Amino acid sequence: MIRRLAPALVALMLLALPGAARAQQLVADLTSHLVAITTGFTGTSVVLFGAIEGGGDIVVVVRGPEGETVVRRKSRVAGIWLNTRSVAFANVPSFYAVLANKPVGDIVPANLRQVHEIGIDNLKLNPAEKANAADIAEFRTALIEEQQRGGFYDKQPGTVNFLGDKLFRASLDFPATVPTGTYSIQVFLVRKGDIVAAQTTPLIISQTGLEADINDFAQNRSLLYGLVAVAMAAMAGWGATFMFRNA
Amino acid sequence: MDVYLPIAAVTQDVFVLLALGLCVGFISGIFGVGGGFLLTPLLIFIGVPQAVAVASSANQLVGASLSGVLTHWKRGNVDFKMGAVLSAGGFVGSAAGVALFTLLRRLGQIDLVISLSYVLLLGTLGTLMMIESVGAIVRARQPGARRRRLHQHTWFHGLPFKVRFRRSKLYISALLPLGLGFGIGVLSAILGIGGGFLIVPAMIYVLGMPTSVVPGTSLLQTVFIAASVTVLQALTNQTVDALLALIMLLGGVVGVQYGARYGAKLRGEYLRVLLALLILAVGAKLLVDLTVPPTSRYSIVVRE
Repeated sequence: MIRRLAPALVALMLLALPGAARAQQLVADLTSHLVAITTGFTGTSVVLFGAIEGGGDIVVVVRGPEGETVVRRKSRVAGIWLNTRSVAFANVPSFYAVLANKPVGDIVPANLRQVHEIGIDNLKLNPAEKANAADIAEFRTALIEEQQRGGFYDKQPGTVNFLGDKLFRASLDFPATVPTGTYSIQVFLVRKGDIVAAQTTPLIISQTGLEADINDFAQNRSLLYGLVAVAMAAMAGWGATFMFRNA
Repeated sequence: MDVYLPIAAVTQDVFVLLALGLCVGFISGIFGVGGGFLLTPLLIFIGVPQAVAVASSANQLVGASLSGVLTHWKRGNVDFKMGAVLSAGGFVGSAAGVALFTLLRRLGQIDLVISLSYVLLLGTLGTLMMIESVGAIVRARQPGARRRRLHQHTWFHGLPFKVRFRRSKLYISALLPLGLGFGIGVLSAILGIGGGFLIVPAMIYVLGMPTSVVPGTSLLQTVFIAASVTVLQALTNQTVDALLALIMLLGGVVGVQYGARYGAKLRGEYLRVLLALLILAVGAKLLVDLTVPPTSRYSIVVRE
């Protein structure tokens, strides 16, 4: 109950400060800036809430950590399916979602959508290495489809709900297999086809617990990890001989 | 009880993993084989990524073969000098194998190479075992069959760098065991196998070692090669799932003990026909999986 009320309360408090509210047309925050993935993690939601001054519409863009991503295509060669072609894209967000209180096309004009990469069609995906235009278009579509299949890119924009004409809230949903790292949540206040205010809030999604520690160990101190893995296996093998010696 | 495997990034039932280790251990106990060539494909079938299955199998082999070496050592059936030369070749081979593995992974072909190599390996091995064991059954029914000569001199006895291996009663070129170790090292890195089923016949028929020291010495080189593969894979590809290896090992060591006892009471030829069938079935499944149209023709990988 308290968790549900908290965003509204904070927003109200922000509204109650006339000086701050007048200076900023847009104030937004998350219920939590850290999502911890533990063993039984089945996905989560983080609530974005905020307040606007002077009316307008809200568009939210959620972007996951970026990385070079290779898209591979399988073809049938002598009856066997194998990877034959690939295109690598630079700076591909591992997660991407758009939320708005109305259809995005009705709020933001096309040129601004392109500049601010609002909507999957406007996502800037540049090839990391040379490739011909036809390939780029085909593999770009494939990349987006694969990300959507995994639940990492949204199929249609999510909703932002207004409570009255000043307070808004939106639920950001993340699947169980959500990529870890630092996310950026951009909130745009749009009035008459113009972005009049914007705010970016970070969100950190990270693994915690024993599994995360093991993973971290394997990635960052790989030589030691390898030696420990060998030592543990050797001890188990030696222990087994000892155990069964008299059996 | 589900367990999340941190490197494989899949959730598996702990009892399924233990049972898998137990079964493969039991089979290796009966036949005196390492079982890596069955473990890796079975891990792939339950959903462990190919690259992780291979590297974690190598990790599990360290423990499984060490347990075997200790048993043979107590009986004095290990040629340490031969083991050291084989392992030296194996270190170089495993480094070359892991480098090749890394290259193939970058090219996006490692899964294909692993699957295809296994199809080839299991197909050949299964067929040979089938022919051999059916032949043995037929021979057993025809008494007075001829025996084959144990040791023959061929071109490789003329190679330089001859070394005396006292325990094996051999005076041969060190290049032979070095080359043999190298080959096993490469295979071990790419397939996650100890290579016992390859090196045992090679030790008997190529090197001409007395059969009593063959299993112990073969297991000794497996310990070192598997350890080297594990460390190198952990270092370059981060594909070693130590938790997975440990769970398989727990099931495996128990399985081996019971398998060895059970196997001593059984008629080998009929059992070998069964193992040959199993090997052929696993190979066939891998081949079929390669020919089934994928649900999506595209796949995406984030490059580190």
